[in-house]
Amino acid sequence: MAAFTKVLLGHGSGGRLSRELVEQVFLKSFSNPALAPLEDAAELKLGGARLAFTTDSYVVTPVEFPGADIGRVAVCGTVNDLAVKGARPAALSAGFILEEGFPADLLGRITASMRAAAREAGVSVVTGDTKVVEKGKADGVFINTSGVGLIPAGRRLTSAAVKPGDAVVVSGNLADHGVAVMNARNRLGLEGGIKSDAAPLNRMIAAALKVPGVRAMRDITRGGFATVLNEVSGACGLTAEVEERAVPVAPATANACALLGLDPMYVANEGKIALFCAPEAAGRVLKALRSDKYGRNAAVVGRMVKEKKPQVRLKTAIGGSRIMLMLEGEQLPRIC
Amino acid sequence: MKTASAERFSSPLWRDPGLAAAALSEMETLAGKASALTGGTVNFMEVCGTHTMAIAASGMRKLFPKTLRMLSGPGCPVCVTSQGDIDRVLALAEVPGVILATFGDMMKVKGSKGLDLHAMRERGTDVRVVYSPLDAVALAEAEPSRQVIFVGVGFETTAPVIAGAVARARKAGLKNFSSTAFFKLVPPALELLLSDPENRIHGFMLPGHVSAIIGLKPYAFVAEKRRVPCVVTGFEPLDILAGVNMLLRQVVSGKPAVEDEYFRAVRAEGNPAARRLMDEVFAVGPASWRAIGTVPGTGLGFSKAYERFDAVKRFGIKYKEAPEPKGCRCGQILLGKALPPDCPLFGKACTPSSAVGPCMVSSEGACAAWFKYGG
Repeated sequence: MAAFTKVLLGHGSGGRLSRELVEQVFLKSFSNPALAPLEDAAELKLGGARLAFTTDSYVVTPVEFPGADIGRVAVCGTVNDLAVKGARPAALSAGFILEEGFPADLLGRITASMRAAAREAGVSVVTGDTKVVEKGKADGVFINTSGVGLIPAGRRLTSAAVKPGDAVVVSGNLADHGVAVMNARNRLGLEGGIKSDAAPLNRMIAAALKVPGVRAMRDITRGGFATVLNEVSGACGLTAEVEERAVPVAPATANACALLGLDPMYVANEGKIALFCAPEAAGRVLKALRSDKYGRNAAVVGRMVKEKKPQVRLKTAIGGSRIMLMLEGEQLPRIC
Repeated sequence: MKTASAERFSSPLWRDPGLAAAALSEMETLAGKASALTGGTVNFMEVCGTHTMAIAASGMRKLFPKTLRMLSGPGCPVCVTSQGDIDRVLALAEVPGVILATFGDMMKVKGSKGLDLHAMRERGTDVRVVYSPLDAVALAEAEPSRQVIFVGVGFETTAPVIAGAVARARKAGLKNFSSTAFFKLVPPALELLLSDPENRIHGFMLPGHVSAIIGLKPYAFVAEKRRVPCVVTGFEPLDILAGVNMLLRQVVSGKPAVEDEYFRAVRAEGNPAARRLMDEVFAVGPASWRAIGTVPGTGLGFSKAYERFDAVKRFGIKYKEAPEPKGCRCGQILLGKALPPDCPLFGKACTPSSAVGPCMVSSEGACAAWFKYGG
């Protein structure tokens, strides 16, 4: 029996409550060695080859927002979940749940956007499914994508492999996606041209993986960077120590977060990874990331250290320090 | 958000490590002198929940001199709302057919029967999180057959905005919009704190947002009659360090005054237009404070002219005193008599995911700040 009686919105936040839902309900029914690590994609051995396999469902209001739309996010999210396991994305599936009355031209724009993102990533959508539900039984369009990819021989990327002294790298400015969607959804009218960062990162990641010493990568989506750090810290048993001043956040996004009472460390991204590598590899990894258009603002933001009680710690700009927990539930804007 | 003004308020300059180190070194010297005068610890109270969060988020507490202690005050809108008023909000949500519109912060505060608005939403009541009270007015316009109730809580910061929404609803002739007016006023709260003979407050870090509305004059009695230093302070790390140093200097000089560290946003006269709107729609009256009780003249309710927008009157919801959650020390924490770790429930029976008291529920509560950022 789960400790909760009903599913809450917070169970979908990507933070601690989501973890609770997975552990208390899904793991109980589905537990198996491929699922157990709970990483972005599962690793399967199939006839001598190693495959990465992942699935994700996309629900976002509005379906179009500055910088991207639900279709682009659906393709990029799954491509990135494969790529961070070191796999070369091979093919995607796409399932659509459509609400009766959904505009055909909007659906056309979404699928065109999916095609463009898939082309950029070098993958095709090879199978699909459509269901239409009565008006009011869904919110416009829900998309599920799954993906498979081949993991090259000898490559093993997993959070458990992260070692003391390893560098923590992020591939660019955080929090743009979450703020862009919130701005569009609630018509907040925030200026500064904040756009979603949704992007297929497989090429950028392939470049970084040419550098030896990369131990693990994580797709930073819901729950934000802080939640990813907590998951990795839990998996490798090390403290993550992050320098606040080194974490890249665009000024307009930082201001929007300050105004809304949001912490950029917990806001969703759709085109950013966290990468953990040997300290001596950090310089070359950074160079590789920055040579890609989606990694131009990549930065080394911290390191992993061995401590009695592993935690995620932020060294603040003014020289203080504090802990960073997993996202607790939904991030709610404050009263004043 | 214009870039130029945004720069002024949130530039990296406000978190500059060199300037912070200089301010902290000055603080060490000043705190030494001040503690010699107070005969031990120097206790300052940050009255505002946003300050509580900013102090914790910057990890500043560990950098402060050992003789300096920052106490959290009654400045988090959710925390100070009495259990009885929370129960009234929940009762309003249960009125058949209504839409209850609220700021997100109120969603997780439990009523005395243990239910919060989240739980009520799961049971089918129509509760919507809005970002502005004007969104609730728009909701009333879009749904003319439904009664829309906005949950009006907070201080002089939120009151003018809600006054503006009510005034707009009246102008639009809306008969299906109403609001609660459970507002609290900061200057009477300071008087309440200081009139407690057990108080140990040597200075107030005053809220920047509230002061942008009310200006500096309403605090004059604190410095003049009560002889307690006051500094209106901004919310960036360097603002807070500067605010503490200004308070320490007042303690050392023995000349309490009302100073303005946040002068880039707060003018001495405040915001007269906002106050006019607030005075038109609301009127000073009693307020029910958590841990303190109902005190005349410490809050705002509806004025005669706007009475018909009072949700409590429209739906005939009675006020009933309700006890604090058992074992919870939110009351003492709000009064600066205890720090979150002093509470036996803190971090054990009471965490953000299963909060007992409002100081853990609210994102601006002292307990939530200590839990989330490690003090």
